[in-house]
Amino acid sequence: MTVLVLAEHDKLDLNPSVYQAVSAAQAWATSVDLLIVGEATEALAKQAAKINGLQRILTVESAHLKHLLAEDVANIVVGIANDYQVILAAHSSFSRNVLPHVSALLDVAMVTDVLKIKGDNTYTRSIYAGNLHTTVQSTDNIQVLTVHASNFAIAEQSENATAEIFSLAAPVATNKVRWVSEEQSQSARPALGSAKVVISGGRSLGSANDFEKTLSPLADKLGAALGATRSAVDAGYAPNEIQVGQTGIVVAPDLYFAIGISGAIQHTYGMKDSKVIVAINQDPDAPIFQVADYGLVADLFEAVPEIIDSISSK
Amino acid sequence: MKILVAVKRVVDYNIKVHVKKDGSDVDIAGVKMGANPFDENAIEEALRLKEKGLVSEIVAVSLGSSANQDVLRHALAMGVDRSILIQTDSVLQPLGVAKLLKAVVELEKPALILLGKQAIDSDAGQTGQILAALLGYGQGTFVSNINIENDEAIVTREIDGGTEVIAVGLPAVLTTDLRLNEPRFVKLPNLMMARKKSIQTITATELNVDITPRLKLINVSEPSARKAGIKVSNVQELLQKLKDLEGVTL
Ligand SMILES: Cc1cc2nc3c(=O)[nH]c(=O)nc-3n(C[C@H](O)[C@H](O)[C@H](O)COP(=O)(O)OP(=O)(O)OC[C@H]3O[C@@H](n4cnc5c(N)ncnc54)[C@H](O)[C@@H]3O)c2cc1C
Ligand SMILES: Nc1ncnc2c1ncn2[C@@H]1O[C@H](COP(=O)(O)O)[C@@H](O)[C@H]1O
Repeated sequence: MTVLVLAEHDKLDLNPSVYQAVSAAQAWATSVDLLIVGEATEALAKQAAKINGLQRILTVESAHLKHLLAEDVANIVVGIANDYQVILAAHSSFSRNVLPHVSALLDVAMVTDVLKIKGDNTYTRSIYAGNLHTTVQSTDNIQVLTVHASNFAIAEQSENATAEIFSLAAPVATNKVRWVSEEQSQSARPALGSAKVVISGGRSLGSANDFEKTLSPLADKLGAALGATRSAVDAGYAPNEIQVGQTGIVVAPDLYFAIGISGAIQHTYGMKDSKVIVAINQDPDAPIFQVADYGLVADLFEAVPEIIDSISSK
Repeated sequence: MKILVAVKRVVDYNIKVHVKKDGSDVDIAGVKMGANPFDENAIEEALRLKEKGLVSEIVAVSLGSSANQDVLRHALAMGVDRSILIQTDSVLQPLGVAKLLKAVVELEKPALILLGKQAIDSDAGQTGQILAALLGYGQGTFVSNINIENDEAIVTREIDGGTEVIAVGLPAVLTTDLRLNEPRFVKLPNLMMARKKSIQTITATELNVDITPRLKLINVSEPSARKAGIKVSNVQELLQKLKDLEGVTL
């Protein structure tokens, strides 16, 4: 019995969620392999070799894998799938693109965004934007899952980890899809998905200019990432890729500031696992106060500058 | 070019659903239902492509009980040309849905198949990718822009940290992000007209595919709520509490 973890990376580094996916895989108390697919995988494999508890690191390298198209990655996974009882990855736009495709080719059900792995192929996940939890049991002989990374510990690393690295031949390109271009947001701030502090703003910021002017100084002071509600993104106050929520990014930082955010379930889905939540809203009945540890009923345009001043004067 | 749009009937996104008393399932009796929001983006995009003269016919398909006629009427009222109900009272899961949709694709032979990127009830986000794999078509997921050029769909994908543009050869399966467009409102006369249009019904059994659920539902529960928080009366108290109770010094 073995588990395969599909690694996500940005060509230079493994995504931090890989470490959580590996520890999720260890729930089966069996051998865990990691698959790294890309144009150049040597440096990534070296990083992975430090993760404790990995049996093997499988690398598949080819020029056409510079940009990871779902069809090509799925082909590679399916090619080795029969050696595994479980195939999983951290839930992200990468794994959501690839793993359902894999599950179809294997003719098995996939379980999306698993919160908790129980015995007997049984999993808890959330439905209705996190409003409810459901427990399901898979009847298939291969389990394909994405896991909710923040619910799992970070696998430990050490210099004397013992994984062996094997390189596998790449199948030919599927050529159904042509990669054209990519645009990654340029930000000097920490990545939203792994930041320790997140400052999020809502539509109430009123303009792109005020969003930036009001929240950036606080984010800079705290070394925080910026987040936003869908309404703020739709209004053009904040870029798409910082939307937090059901249809954006799920974050679980040590400290989350919800500033001028009403607290719709689609938004709280993406931040309610944060360790400490602070909400600032002028409406005492705003639903955000139901998930906040510390609620301040105030005008954000007064409260935020006051926080910045207090920090600065120390 | 023909477009097939898959429309799921789900609980209205404004409604907070609850669990049945025995915890066996979600209680949706008497709850307001409607088309999955992402599927409305898919319908809207199909209409816009048709308005550009790129599309000859738009067919909407929904899988489920006869109650699903309401979302198909909604699609007709928005402006799709035809609609098909694949009727079944069985429990449907993404793999089964995709197998049924594959059978519909084989009947209708669309050049483009549009689905929502996820259904807001199950939050699975799988069906489009499964369908693409079953059909052997290229897939474009989470798309926020579509251009049809020379037998390719050039699409912008919303990915973590940014966007990506890919060209998917037709026939293709695309799944829509909310940012793709703003679905139009349905005008009352159109709704009245849609009431009179006929909906083609095919039973799932006729399509002869295995839709047996692979996931057994064990239970549904309300997640434990966060412990109740406190209100602070000013910024200084907030900073003090963060320091004293959480050990966080800003
Ligand atoms: C299918 C679907 C998916 C969705 N996915 C997401 C998602 O992923 N993420 C997401 O965020 N949303 C999502 N939404 C949208 C969500 O339902 C809400 O509409 C959105 O989160 C509201 O954003 P908001 O809090 O910025 O705006 P509003 O709801 O308009 O709230 C603004 C808040 O600001 C407060 N306020 C106003 N002025 C001030 C001031 N000067 N000082 C302090 N407070 C002030 C108000 O009291 C109010 O509470 C989704 C919706 C749908 C239908
Ligand atoms: N019963 C259904 N009828 C029609 N379309 C469906 C059905 N279930 C899923 N879909 C389509 O598949 C998309 C993704 O659903 P899911 O994979 O369940 O999150 C939806 O947005 C629909 O376009």
